[in-house]
Amino acid sequence: MSELSVNHLLGIKYLNKKDIDLIFETADHFKEVINRSIKKVPTLRDITIANIFFENSTRTKLSFELAEKRLSADVINFSAGQSSLKKGETLIDTVNNILSMKVDMVVMRHPNPGAGIFLSKHVSAAIVNAGDGAHEHPTQALLDSYSIREKLSEVAGKNVVIVGDILHSRVALSNIFALKLQGANVKVCGPKTLIPKHIESLGVEVETNLIKALEWCDVANMLRVQNERMDISYFPTTREYTQQFGVTKSILQKLDKEIVIMHPGPINRGVEITSDVADSGQSIILNQVENGVAIRMAVIYLLASKIK
Amino acid sequence: MFKALDENQGLFVLYGVTCRIAYFCSSNETFVSHMSQRVLLSAKEIHIILHRLACQLLENHLDFSNTVLIGLQPRGIYLARRLTELLQQEYKVRNVDLGSLDITFYRDDFRRGDKILEANQTKIDFLVENKKVVFIDDVLYTGRSIRAALTAVQSFGRPQEIELLTLIDRRFSRHLPIQPNYRGRQVDAINDEKVKVMWQENDGEDAVYLVSR
Repeated sequence: MSELSVNHLLGIKYLNKKDIDLIFETADHFKEVINRSIKKVPTLRDITIANIFFENSTRTKLSFELAEKRLSADVINFSAGQSSLKKGETLIDTVNNILSMKVDMVVMRHPNPGAGIFLSKHVSAAIVNAGDGAHEHPTQALLDSYSIREKLSEVAGKNVVIVGDILHSRVALSNIFALKLQGANVKVCGPKTLIPKHIESLGVEVETNLIKALEWCDVANMLRVQNERMDISYFPTTREYTQQFGVTKSILQKLDKEIVIMHPGPINRGVEITSDVADSGQSIILNQVENGVAIRMAVIYLLASKIK
Repeated sequence: MFKALDENQGLFVLYGVTCRIAYFCSSNETFVSHMSQRVLLSAKEIHIILHRLACQLLENHLDFSNTVLIGLQPRGIYLARRLTELLQQEYKVRNVDLGSLDITFYRDDFRRGDKILEANQTKIDFLVENKKVVFIDDVLYTGRSIRAALTAVQSFGRPQEIELLTLIDRRFSRHLPIQPNYRGRQVDAINDEKVKVMWQENDGEDAVYLVSR
């Protein structure tokens, strides 16, 4: 009987290949469950999960909440905006107060890198990182790989390019870890200012020419430019960024093969990809969202089974 | 080895039509010196029982036009497939709907045991709404799996009625008021004994063993 090698999901960096395989196999079963007429199973009826979001989120928060409810867990939600944080409470105090209400698992998004790791060392609940600053967003990377596996039958050996704001992206880092672990070839593409120095040490190649990158790849994962994390100007104008790194229908039509287009959302239509690309048959953006629920159910189920 | 078997002799009584117990010195590779196992049903007996069960199903469901068979994962599917083959090939029933149901997410022992529960495939390509459903499993023990299956099948509709068919019915070990409608053989086994059902297509032989530790 297999189980995860970790008690928390803090990042892909802490997982091994077997963990990812187990999560995907479990997600297959949950995907079957969420396509039934009754989409709910009673497995986690004695588990309480707190979703603590110190940063804005639509998709991830809804996806986690849905996954928890489909597993019959009790769910409490907490957003930083309405909290006592503004009154000066520390993170550990906030979380410990929530835990004394007998919460078994915490799903947390936080603007600071390493917030989940810090928390896992100080509180007794199982922690799921739903994004910590520009560090990791493990469930997004898992659902991205799962969607590639679903579309192209396997991840190993596939060429994947991640295009856009690599510097500020937790999705990029988690994706690099996850794809490399599964034996995919990874390139990153974007303005030099938005590609971190020494990123080659993670085993990825840098390509600054979008056309060349697209010609090489089987899958292009398009990232948003995270203006909210930029304190200085990384490129002259959005229009110039779009001209160099935006994917349009005409660019895709010039390629000699049909590549798969992914996007973790939220999309800035007309910036990193045009609407006709986002809504085309090549795009698996909405499949990613559907798979997100199955992946999160699998992660929560597997972590919950380790809670004693 | 025979002496060890003799010591276990008093630990169980076998009820059944023939009351015939075949003692044997196992050449099976699963045999460990501190464990002993004996044959409860031989391949021939299983063959006869499968035909009887198929006939009993036919008696109650005739052409299976409103009946579906559901094998319970992981081990009930072998029996379910065998019965379906028999019904189609030997008894010329044209169309038998067969599905498999995994009950992992409906079990009541999640996080209570040491072992992690691993899921299996559920494949039900038909509606169970207003159908007569027959659950098929190899061994009926505490009844908890069947309880879980009763809940799980509700996700696929509201059946008209549900019956239970089981190859081995372990009497006196039930935790819940659940009894089979069709049974292959009733067995009295004590709790630390295990009933092992082997199928040719998966385990290399048709046999049922009682393993004592």
